[in-house]
Amino acid sequence: MTETTKNEASRTQGRLPYSQLRRRWAKLRRNKAALFGGILILIFIVIALLAPVLFPGSPSAPNLMKSLERSSLEHPLGTDELGRSILGRIIYGSRISLLIAVGVVSFGLLIGVPLGLVSGYYRGKVDFGIQRVTDTMLAFPGFLLALALVAVLGVGLKNTVISIGISMVPIYIRLVRGCALSIREEVYVEAARAVGTRDIVILLRHILPNVMVPITVQTSLGMGMAILFAAGLGFLGIGVQPPTPEWGTMLSSGRAYLFHSPHVATFPGIAIVLAVLGFNLLGDGLRDALDPRFRL
Amino acid sequence: MLQYVIKRLLSTIPVLIGISLLLFFMLRMLPGDPAQVLAGQMATPDEVELIRHQLGLDRPVHVQYAFFLGRLARFDLGRSARTQNPVTEEIWARLPNTMLLAVVAITLACLFGIPAGIISAVRPYTWIDYVVTSTAIFGISMPVFWLGLMLVVVFAVWLQWLPAGGTGSWRHVILPSFTLAAFVVAFIARMTRSSMIEVLSQDYTTTARSKGLKEQVVVIKHALKNALIPIITVIGLQFGMLLGGAVLTETVFAWPGVGRLIVDSILARDYPMIQGAILVFGLLYILVNLVVDLLYAYVDPRIRYD
Repeated sequence: MTETTKNEASRTQGRLPYSQLRRRWAKLRRNKAALFGGILILIFIVIALLAPVLFPGSPSAPNLMKSLERSSLEHPLGTDELGRSILGRIIYGSRISLLIAVGVVSFGLLIGVPLGLVSGYYRGKVDFGIQRVTDTMLAFPGFLLALALVAVLGVGLKNTVISIGISMVPIYIRLVRGCALSIREEVYVEAARAVGTRDIVILLRHILPNVMVPITVQTSLGMGMAILFAAGLGFLGIGVQPPTPEWGTMLSSGRAYLFHSPHVATFPGIAIVLAVLGFNLLGDGLRDALDPRFRL
Repeated sequence: MLQYVIKRLLSTIPVLIGISLLLFFMLRMLPGDPAQVLAGQMATPDEVELIRHQLGLDRPVHVQYAFFLGRLARFDLGRSARTQNPVTEEIWARLPNTMLLAVVAITLACLFGIPAGIISAVRPYTWIDYVVTSTAIFGISMPVFWLGLMLVVVFAVWLQWLPAGGTGSWRHVILPSFTLAAFVVAFIARMTRSSMIEVLSQDYTTTARSKGLKEQVVVIKHALKNALIPIITVIGLQFGMLLGGAVLTETVFAWPGVGRLIVDSILARDYPMIQGAILVFGLLYILVNLVVDLLYAYVDPRIRYD
């Protein structure tokens, strides 16, 4: 099969042709900001994976003799009120933050994408029902919805992920539904229906691949948002609970020592900014490179 | 126009019903007996029974919902489990504080964000554009509560120019409102930039330039007016983020607003208060977006609501 016919074939199946994918990958690589974002995320992933190697020992074990120390060779970012190394807790905190980001986005994807697909593809009463629920959820600002859910579900890592995950579901539903609504009118979908292809096959083979681009962009931006929300809940004392080294919780405890030891609250904040910045830069770059509206 | 306003107001009814259902089931989702939770651990069985009866929890679910809606329509949100004061009274006392912060923050965000976005769009891909876009992405990535803490360290601890928290004078408003504005300003600057870049490449802008109009007139009178709709939309949507941000900012600066009330209520498991405060924030958000919708017609006369 020639390159053109291959491209044509993949286009009719609703996937991006290989040459286009290559062009968009090249565009993404040329985007320095996105590259920087990707590198930042990669660094955090490596830090999270190598945490026990980078910081041997427990990040939560207190050592009151060394409380609130400034930077030193032993503790490059100083220690907190319980004498624990701030660097060590930031290193282990990257595990928690990445875990939350992945958990939240997976939750949003697993519930939001199928509902969005069904809502956009079937329309009618199903769509009406799903959209009214979505409207209600979107009537609350995301963080507030997560806050309300935490109030009901209770504090802790699992409930933090579930609460923020639920608050992300309507975003995915809206995004996927919008795409599915337009794709269902495409000739190849109509053709697939005409030859008797089952709805589930049409949804998975023809519609879902076309929604992957906006989903990928939203996933990157959503991970950044999840880290921010989780840190916010941790800061308020209703997210991940101490002694788990979560960045927001660390900031919250550092607040009490702001006047004498501002370093306790400063460094976890920098870690949050860098991680969220990484996901936001990558998300922006992905949108520029992959979104057809910004096509080369 | 009036017809549109009425239509738009009516369209909020399903959302309001949805919100009421959400709040109604929120209390029912609580682990254990809601009456026991509201009465507290020390309550006697008689007290728990009284609360159950007062809340109508001893009736069928649909009757309970009707009862709940009836109270809601009379703005009766119950009494705080913590202070025993009426929920509406406490929210009403704190709402002006939150609104003051929100209005000052959104004004600051517009004052900084719109000009920054315009400058960035007029000189795209120059150093000034890079400064604006980089600052904006930093602003979006920054936790609002961390920024608040850092502003306290610099302006209250090191320089000692401003108070670290509390209320009382205009000086107390500066740090919390700047903190709250930082996040929103970034979004407004980004949206203004992209919207202006699009408008500046339109034929009518070229026509305005070719007529020999001054660049300022082209940018402000011809381009900005046409770029305003997405900017207004983003301001409306950001108001929601502002309410979420208010919860954190009010905590950092010990600001006695509704946001702080929500956090205190969650920590004290004061469910009637959480319900009430979240309902008020939800209503505010709907109302602001309704105003934004109506502003479209004012900004763009081509939009006719019939």
